[in-house]
Amino acid sequence: RERERERERERVAVTLPALSCVALCGGTHGNELSGIYLVQETLKNKRKGEAMEAVTVVTVISNPRAVQQRVRYTETDLNRCFTYAMLSAPVSERTPYEIIRSQELNSLLGPKGSGQAVDLICDLHNTTANMGLCLITYADSDWICLHICKHLQMATIPVRYIHYDIPLSEAFSLESVGKHGFAMEIGPQPHGVIRSNIFTAMQEAVHLMLDWVRLFNSGTQFDEGSVDVYTMVKNIDYPRDPYTHNITAAVHPELQDRDFCLLYPGDPIFLSFSGEILRYKGKEPLYPFFINECAYYEKGVALLLARKSKVKIPAIQCSRA
Amino acid sequence: MQTGLLYNAVQTSGHLGWGTVAMSSPCNAACFPRVRRVAIFGGTHGNEMSGITLVNMWMKNGAEVQRNGVLTKPFITNPGAVEKCTRYIDTDLNRAFTPENLSTPSGDGLPYEVQRAKEINQLFGPKGSPDAYDVIFDLHNTTSNMGSTLILESSTDHFNLQMVHYIKKAAAPESCAVLLNEHPQLRYATTRSVSTHPVGLEVGPQPQGVLRSNIFESMRMIVKHALDFIELFNSGVEFPTCTVEAFRVHESVDYPRDTNGNITAMVHPRLQDCDWEPLNPGDPMFQTFDGWSIPYAGDGPVYPAFINEAAYYEKQQAFVATRRETLAAAAIRKASE
Repeated sequence: RERERERERERVAVTLPALSCVALCGGTHGNELSGIYLVQETLKNKRKGEAMEAVTVVTVISNPRAVQQRVRYTETDLNRCFTYAMLSAPVSERTPYEIIRSQELNSLLGPKGSGQAVDLICDLHNTTANMGLCLITYADSDWICLHICKHLQMATIPVRYIHYDIPLSEAFSLESVGKHGFAMEIGPQPHGVIRSNIFTAMQEAVHLMLDWVRLFNSGTQFDEGSVDVYTMVKNIDYPRDPYTHNITAAVHPELQDRDFCLLYPGDPIFLSFSGEILRYKGKEPLYPFFINECAYYEKGVALLLARKSKVKIPAIQCSRA
Repeated sequence: MQTGLLYNAVQTSGHLGWGTVAMSSPCNAACFPRVRRVAIFGGTHGNEMSGITLVNMWMKNGAEVQRNGVLTKPFITNPGAVEKCTRYIDTDLNRAFTPENLSTPSGDGLPYEVQRAKEINQLFGPKGSPDAYDVIFDLHNTTSNMGSTLILESSTDHFNLQMVHYIKKAAAPESCAVLLNEHPQLRYATTRSVSTHPVGLEVGPQPQGVLRSNIFESMRMIVKHALDFIELFNSGVEFPTCTVEAFRVHESVDYPRDTNGNITAMVHPRLQDCDWEPLNPGDPMFQTFDGWSIPYAGDGPVYPAFINEAAYYEKQQAFVATRRETLAAAAIRKASE
């Protein structure tokens, strides 16, 4: 009877190929320090002879020039350079460094969309927003990423799953190069600063992720379940002066640091420098995130808004080769 | 006793030693000339957003910072860095006001900030002269959890001591720490030092490049209190002798580093965000990347500030250790004209 139930379970589980190669990337933005130090420490420990069975982990410092200068990027944001168009753009002496680098990374970890691409990319990021830990990906039915998220529920920090509904060809960030991939974003941390609690949380999350991969590769079946997925709907910019383009208000103190707290129509979003309250004018309540992220001022984004949905995930198991 | 106090005040108030103090009898208070010109500097570091935003706002509409009988000039000191939202272009402007830099001949090869320092010295100084601006407030942010902090460069500038005493009282119950940097090796030539009475305003925590509403409003309020003090002073109010609790810079503590200069540990979670709280010998100070704790090994308690300030990694400082001190402020009032 036990064996019957087991066979029943095995029939129902989705089988997926093993994840034999995982890329751990830090320094895609050169001033987001947790990932940079984590990759450097992982490299140091590897040299000490620590073996990783059942999975090969490749560590990468994505933007070494930006890391060296402790800036987000030197000429253009590397994490916007991974669309098919940019990956195949012809290169000249005037090509920005980051586009040359994105093509190098595509050769190393891809090519994007091909059978040679690494199985999983985990791209490590920090944010100044109070987002806890988020896995950010383009897919809302990638069972690998969703199961990893389910496995990652941690005591010290909330873990959430964010989905950008963009087709692969238009997907512009590094993790889209792998067969599976997500950005692992942890905040709040100022850029150029390393906070021990944030580093420890990222370290723990990466260990849990690699543990999951080893278990998966060894044939463990992971039960079905569900994951809350936040799907990005729109963004809101700061109110700006029409001539200087400078912002004329700050994120309202009642919204500041309240990432993933439901925002209702009429709730305050901005407090202008002259004391006026600007309110959310949307029709449906949505979940704000990336509230007051430093790097997004220049992208015209004060916050992003998401819809939450419960995604059912099937049981999965590694297919034997 | 009173005469002795007055004599002391005359000897040491201000850093000029001439032309700043007049006596009139019967005057038990140290007398200072009326404050004629005040500058409010923002953007000395181009990514510290509160000051940049406030100064831009006041340059457009200065009503909020006007006070009777005082010229108040808001000014962006490092526009090049502000434009790029970076701390500095070539070199830290807030370290650039050395006698060497200020006297160096102008030329194309000069670092951007050295050229700027010379210009600022012309506009608001010259440093050390009677033509200098009376007061300069230099607005800064820090990634450290320092709250509102007033930074002084002299323990004997009684005008400044009375001003910070007033600001602290006015800000209560919100706390306002006073940091005193008179350390012979650790003090530095600040942008505001071109004035007679320089005051640094540092508010945190705020990430570089980010504007937080609460931090912005705190800084705005401190400037308001400071200008209120100046207005009261100019109207002839006498400020009686008082004491000011301050934290005196004692030493700079760097991160542990390897032979290549890379940091090998982070500020310990029990020290992170604990600016102004006592750090005792044996208390956890750093945590290595594999979780080991490194304790503070000084010979007595210190009060750390600038804990984990982003800009100080390159200056080899994880935090500055300070010691608590009570500063005595002489009674002051405006000299009769």
